[in-house]
Amino acid sequence: MYTLKFEESLCASCPTVDCFVKCQYMDLRMEQAKSEIMKLAKGEDCLPLHDCVTCYGCEEYCKRGNHPFYLITEMRERKGILTSPRAITKQWINIGEPRGKYRVGAIKNTVLSFGFMPELLQMVRGRLFDDVMPSYVFGQEFFCNVVYIHFANTSIIKERLPFVIDNFKKLGVKEVVCMHDECYGAFASLAPAYGMEVPFKPIHYFEYLVKRLKELSQEIRPLNIKAAYQRPCSSRLSADQHHFVEDIMKLIGVELVEREYQGENSLCCAGIFGMMYGYELANDVQKRNIDDMVEHGAECCVFNCPACYNAIATKVAKRGVRPIHIIDLCRMALGEKPGMEVV
Amino acid sequence: MSDISRSLSAIVGENYVSDKPEETYFYSRDPGLMPPHKPDYVVVPQKVEEIQQIVKLANEEGIPVVPMGAGMALTGLVIPLKGGIVIDMKRMNKVVEVNEKARYVIVEGGTSQGLLKSYLDKNYPRLRHSIPDSPGTATVAANVMIHGQGRLTQQYGFNSDMVSGLEVVLPSGEICKIGSCCLSPDWFSKGAPLPDLSGLFLGWFGATGIITKVALRLYPRKKMRDVEIFITDSEDLVPPMIYELTHTEMVEDINVFAQPMPLIFRDNHHIALFMTGDTDEELEFKRKMIWDSLDPFIKNKDGGFMAIPPVMKPTLLDMPQRSVSRFADVKKGGGFEYSGPIIAVDKYPQCSRKVMELASKYDLAYSAMARIIGRGHCMMFAFAYTFNRADPDMMTRARKALEEGSDFALQAGGVFWKATVDEQQMALEKMHPTTRNLLKMIKTNLDPNGIMNPGNWEVQ
Repeated sequence: MYTLKFEESLCASCPTVDCFVKCQYMDLRMEQAKSEIMKLAKGEDCLPLHDCVTCYGCEEYCKRGNHPFYLITEMRERKGILTSPRAITKQWINIGEPRGKYRVGAIKNTVLSFGFMPELLQMVRGRLFDDVMPSYVFGQEFFCNVVYIHFANTSIIKERLPFVIDNFKKLGVKEVVCMHDECYGAFASLAPAYGMEVPFKPIHYFEYLVKRLKELSQEIRPLNIKAAYQRPCSSRLSADQHHFVEDIMKLIGVELVEREYQGENSLCCAGIFGMMYGYELANDVQKRNIDDMVEHGAECCVFNCPACYNAIATKVAKRGVRPIHIIDLCRMALGEKPGMEVV
Repeated sequence: MSDISRSLSAIVGENYVSDKPEETYFYSRDPGLMPPHKPDYVVVPQKVEEIQQIVKLANEEGIPVVPMGAGMALTGLVIPLKGGIVIDMKRMNKVVEVNEKARYVIVEGGTSQGLLKSYLDKNYPRLRHSIPDSPGTATVAANVMIHGQGRLTQQYGFNSDMVSGLEVVLPSGEICKIGSCCLSPDWFSKGAPLPDLSGLFLGWFGATGIITKVALRLYPRKKMRDVEIFITDSEDLVPPMIYELTHTEMVEDINVFAQPMPLIFRDNHHIALFMTGDTDEELEFKRKMIWDSLDPFIKNKDGGFMAIPPVMKPTLLDMPQRSVSRFADVKKGGGFEYSGPIIAVDKYPQCSRKVMELASKYDLAYSAMARIIGRGHCMMFAFAYTFNRADPDMMTRARKALEEGSDFALQAGGVFWKATVDEQQMALEKMHPTTRNLLKMIKTNLDPNGIMNPGNWEVQ
């Protein structure tokens, strides 16, 4: 049985309680935040079990590596506190069920993992990926299942993730380039937090892009545009990789606008909020986020997660800001056509 | 060539009459499960006068006459059960008139839904009609004849409620105009303020006359259209959810479905909500009203709006929806039929449980589908099964499941929609005796020789 590694003493001695003090969706001062995290650590009923909207932010705010969000998820599941309507949770669990319909390319030591994001099949093309493709995997059998922490369901992760890891192991790969934050977070953060052994090196695709862009630097035509970056929730599970966004933008001649909702203060795309909590929260977060992009003169909104793209790309476009995935942006800098367009 | 063939050729021309087996074969069946029966003749007229002459000839010779649109009803309504002449209406396919300001269109009796849609798209982009989810070849006249439903049914009722006038060839061969057009050049009403005679023909499946022109109300067509899907794992909650949604009066169309495949649909009931607007603001206002109406269910975790994958949206917004055709081939072999009673919305839980029970009992792929009619006044609930036409055993099982579904629906207070002849007899048997006698009186008086689509609505 996999159990979460969590040290109550780390929270007890924490001088900042940033996990909850910095939360953008719960208004907690230091004293109350301390009280709530300690109640959570002891398994008692507490505010975050009811009010946390699953932005994953506290996983980044906690600099002690103590996984406050995973603990909220564990406790919610233990106490039967639902985050999402039952039907939505069932639907997502059904979607990720292995069906034996996965796709595996010509596998090398390094493989690109598309997880179960069909958008990536169209997008991951061109010279950026010449050196690895067609070494790729796609399908539920390689889907990290991390998304279920939104649904307060770690059981399904504990059940499926070991099989996913084993599927990679069977391929004999040495390195897995994760084309989505959650995939990377699964192998670099969540699996270790639960004591699961990962027999390959996970590489965030940002790191891969930086390496390739440097190799192709002679062919890059700087784009000379101003952009806002839409940071996804899952990026909070791999905050140490976030700096690569700026590195990539510099390499392709894109200026990231200084705006309110960036870095640690980023706002969720709110796609998941709509499903879980209804119109008001989702609409409020999306409006503030897009207003912020417009007010700071962003010409385009750079996406990392296809799900974020699906959630707000149309709304972003209607405000005159071009939505574009970071891979497409890099491809444009190489003179290639983007693979994803606003629906 | 027989005497009848010669007579028919004299009316419509030799090229438009056939008694050849390779052609009568196609007119002997529809895509559903009803057993085929060949007509003796097929005739394809182009003018009302030709239909009048054909009907008069049939009366003289005592030959059955079956008017046919595209033959898409699935319940065998245009299978010539007693042979005779099938009148294929497809050449009578003109849009006769559009009155833009009064928002109605007059079309000939064989005009297809697809043709009308294209015509309006091209010439009257601010007008639309209630498109059913049948293939585009289905005809407007046949659809109102069977009390079909379409994209505007939640707002305006059955498609037959949108009829604003009829021209009918009676079994005697005479032409009869029904509605305001009987004394006015304008076809704005099928009845009111006169006695509404449209009921002598609508719903009769051609057993009382042949519709040669139909006027249909048109409605504002907004520039934008969108869809949301609310899902719940409890069939018992679907009726109260529909109640809240219809209360908003913000929804264009409401369809409910539950099916086991693909996996994204397993275990849940899906309420597909369509909305329209001329501006982003209008559309967003409606969206907010709709979301807010279901907010208590979201807060209780009883349901939520699913994220619709971008690839799914165009399919959902398609008119007609082609997903039905795809479902028809789930088992390969292209067989698909549904029993679709009209029934109160509060019967959704029982009906959906029954679909699944029968699918399990007869080992069939199923889909439960419902289209809300009016502001929750009733719904068409489809007990839908798919089968392989090359597998007789599977077809038998599908037939049994449909029969049991029909029986269940009738017992649950439903009324058969586009009933098969067997279902018609079940309905007539259960019907109030005075009503049954009234039907008999109408049929006998209008069609004393019993030549019009015999077998249908025949009181024994």
